[in-house]
Amino acid sequence: MAQETSPPSAAAVASQPAPVRVLFRGGGLLGLGCVLFLLVLLSTWLGTKDTSLAQVWSALWGDDGSYATGVIRELRLPRTLVGLLVGASLGVAGALMQTVTRNPLADPGILGVNAGASAAVVFAIGVIGLGDFTSLVWFSFLGAAFASVVVYVLGASGRGGPTPVRLTLAGAAISASLGGVIAGLTVFDAATYDFLRFWMVGSLAGRSPELVLELVPFVLVGVVAAMVLAPSLNALALGDELGRGLGVHLGRVRAGTVVTVTLLCGAATAAAGPIGFVGLVVPLIARRLTGPDLRWSLPYCVLMGPVLVLVSDIVGRVVLPTGELEVGAVTAVVGAPVFIAMVRRFKKVSL
Amino acid sequence: MTVTQTKPAKTSGSARPVLSVRWGRLSFRLHRRTAAVGAASLAVSALLLAVSLCTGAYAVAPGDVARALFFGTGERLAVHFVNQERLPQALLAVLVGCALGISGAIFQNVSRNPLASPDVIGFNSGAATGAITAIVFGGGAAATAAGAIGGGLATAAVVFLLAGSGGFNGVRLVLIGLGVTAMLGSVNSYLLTRSTLHNAQNAHVWLIGTFNGRSWSSVQIMAVALAALLPASVVLNRQLRILEMGDDLAHGLGVRVIRARLALTLLGVGLCGVAVASAGPVPFVALAAPQIALMLTRGPVSVIAAGVTGAALLSGAHLVSHQFLPLLARLHLVAETQRDGQLPVGVTTGVLGGAYLAWVLFHRRRAGAV
Repeated sequence: MAQETSPPSAAAVASQPAPVRVLFRGGGLLGLGCVLFLLVLLSTWLGTKDTSLAQVWSALWGDDGSYATGVIRELRLPRTLVGLLVGASLGVAGALMQTVTRNPLADPGILGVNAGASAAVVFAIGVIGLGDFTSLVWFSFLGAAFASVVVYVLGASGRGGPTPVRLTLAGAAISASLGGVIAGLTVFDAATYDFLRFWMVGSLAGRSPELVLELVPFVLVGVVAAMVLAPSLNALALGDELGRGLGVHLGRVRAGTVVTVTLLCGAATAAAGPIGFVGLVVPLIARRLTGPDLRWSLPYCVLMGPVLVLVSDIVGRVVLPTGELEVGAVTAVVGAPVFIAMVRRFKKVSL
Repeated sequence: MTVTQTKPAKTSGSARPVLSVRWGRLSFRLHRRTAAVGAASLAVSALLLAVSLCTGAYAVAPGDVARALFFGTGERLAVHFVNQERLPQALLAVLVGCALGISGAIFQNVSRNPLASPDVIGFNSGAATGAITAIVFGGGAAATAAGAIGGGLATAAVVFLLAGSGGFNGVRLVLIGLGVTAMLGSVNSYLLTRSTLHNAQNAHVWLIGTFNGRSWSSVQIMAVALAALLPASVVLNRQLRILEMGDDLAHGLGVRVIRARLALTLLGVGLCGVAVASAGPVPFVALAAPQIALMLTRGPVSVIAAGVTGAALLSGAHLVSHQFLPLLARLHLVAETQRDGQLPVGVTTGVLGGAYLAWVLFHRRRAGAV
C-alpha cells in the first residue's frame, strides 16, 4: 500500500495552519494519484505475453493493429480499469458504511452484500439456467441490493435505530440464511458449484471492455453522491442530536447513504465477485492519514482502494511460477493482518 | 454418586427446589426447572430419533424398526437402513448436538459474549482449512477428521495468542477471530479452486456439515470423547457459574480465575473439535442452543441443559434434512430420481438459525437489549 507517499500523520497535519494543511493533504492526493498511474502502467505491462513499456504507451493512446496492442487493449486494459473502478467503489462504500454505522469495522461483507450477490448468482445459474456473464452481473447486483436493504431494515427496526451491533447481527442472520440456501442449491448441482467456487474468490481476469462501460455510470454516480453526502455525514458523526441541530435530515441522509453503498458495492461485487477487506482496510488507513473529515478521506479512499486492488492483482499475477492467484485471495491475505494489528492497538474495543 | 435427595434450599428468602448430588468432595446442584427442561429435551431427542428411524426415502414401519433393532431380523434392506445408516446417523446427531451445545455455553460464558461461539473464534475456519487440505490431497475420512482437529486447534491458539492479555476481552477476541476467519476463508476458497471438481464437491459438502455416510465408527469415537468430556463439563459447570459473576467476585469466592478459564476454554475447544471432526462445521447449533436453554430454564447457566437442548435441536435439523427431498419428491417438486438424496444437515441449521436470529432481532427491537 502507498504508505511511502503518505503525508505526515493526521495529528501533525491538524496542528498546522489551514493553508499548510490543505497543501499537505493535496500533495498526498497528488502523490497517490501518481502511484496509481504507475500501477495502471505496471498492470498493463506485466503478463504472460512479454511487451515493452513503449508498446504499452503507444497501445494506450492508439490501436496499431499488432498482436501486442490487442493483448494490451482487449485483455489487460479492461482488467486494470475494472480493478480501478472496483477498488474505488469498495473504498468509498466502506468509508460511508463505517461513518453511517459509527462502526470503524463495518464492511460490506458483514452487511450481507456478498451473500446476496452469491445467492443471486447461484439462483441465476442453477435455477433459471443463465450462462452468460453480462446477465449474471445484473443478477448479482440485484441480489446485493436486496440483501443490503433487508439487512438495513432489520437492523434499523430497533428503537435506537440502526445501531452497529444490530446491523452486524442482522447481517449475520441474513448471510447465514442465504448461505444455507446457497449450500442447498449447490450441493446436488455440480455445474453451478463449479462456477460458484471460482466466482466466490473474487477475480479481475477475463473482464470484457463492455463491462468497464457498464460499470462506469454506477461508480461515477456513487462517488459523486458520496461527496455530496459527505458534509451531512460529517455533521451526523457528531451525534444524532448535534447533527439535527446543524440542519441535517437524519432519515434522508441515512437512506441516501444506504442507496449509495448499495450502488457502489453491488456494482463492484457484480463485476469482480466478493473481494474482501478492501472496504474495511482502505477507509481505516484513509482516516489515519486525513482525520475524520469525509471531504478529505473520501478522495483518499477513491485513490487508495484501486491502489490496494491493483497491487493485489499484480502480486497475484507474478507470485506463482505458472498461472495466477485471484485478486480476492490476495487482498484478504494482505488485508487481514492489517486489520488484526489495528484491533490489537485499540485500547478499549467496543462495537 | 452416593446421596440423591430433594431439599428446599433457601436462596434470598424464597424456597427454590433443587436436586443435589454429593459424591465425596464433589457436589452437584440441579434446579428443578433445569432438570425438567433437560428431561423434556431428552424426550424430544428420543422421539425425533425414533421418527427418523422409521421415515426417509425408504419408509419402515415402527414394528419392523423394532424387530430390526432388537433382533436384527426382517427384510434385509430394512435391517440395513435402520441398523447401519439411520441409527448411527441419528445417534451422531444427538451426540454432536450435545457437544456443540456445551461448547457454545462454555465459549459464551467465558468470553461473556452471547455471540461467541467456536465459529466466531475462528476454530471452525481453521478446522475447515485442515479438512479441505486433507480432502484436496486425497485423504480419507480419518485424515479429514485429523486435519480438522489439527487446523482448528492451531487457529484457536493463534487467535487467543493474538488477543494477548486482553484475550478474554470478548469483543477483541471476536474481532480478531473475524479477521483470522476472513483470511482463512480466502485460503479455503483458493484451495477449493485448485482441486478437482470431485474433491472440491466433497470438501463443499463437508464444509456445510453433514451426517451422510457416517457409520458406527464415527459414533464410537464421538461416544468415547463425550464420555471423557461430559463429566469434566459437569464438574466445571460450577466454575462457569461463578465466573459469570465477574472476575473479582469469582476470585473472592476462591476460584482461580485464569486457571478456570483456561480449563474451560480447553474443554470447549475439545468438545467443538470432536463435533467438527465427525460432522463438519454445522452452523448455529453452538450459538443458539445455550441461548434457548437459558430462555427455557430461566436459570443460571447449565451445561447439561445447553447440551441436551443442542441434542434436540440437531436431531430436529437432522430429521428435517433427512425428510426434505423425499417430501419434495412426494409433492412432485423435484424429480423422482433425487428422492434418495439427503440434504446436508448444515443447510437446515443455517437457514433456520439465520431465521431464528432475525426473529430474535425483530422481536427484541423494543427491549433495546440488542
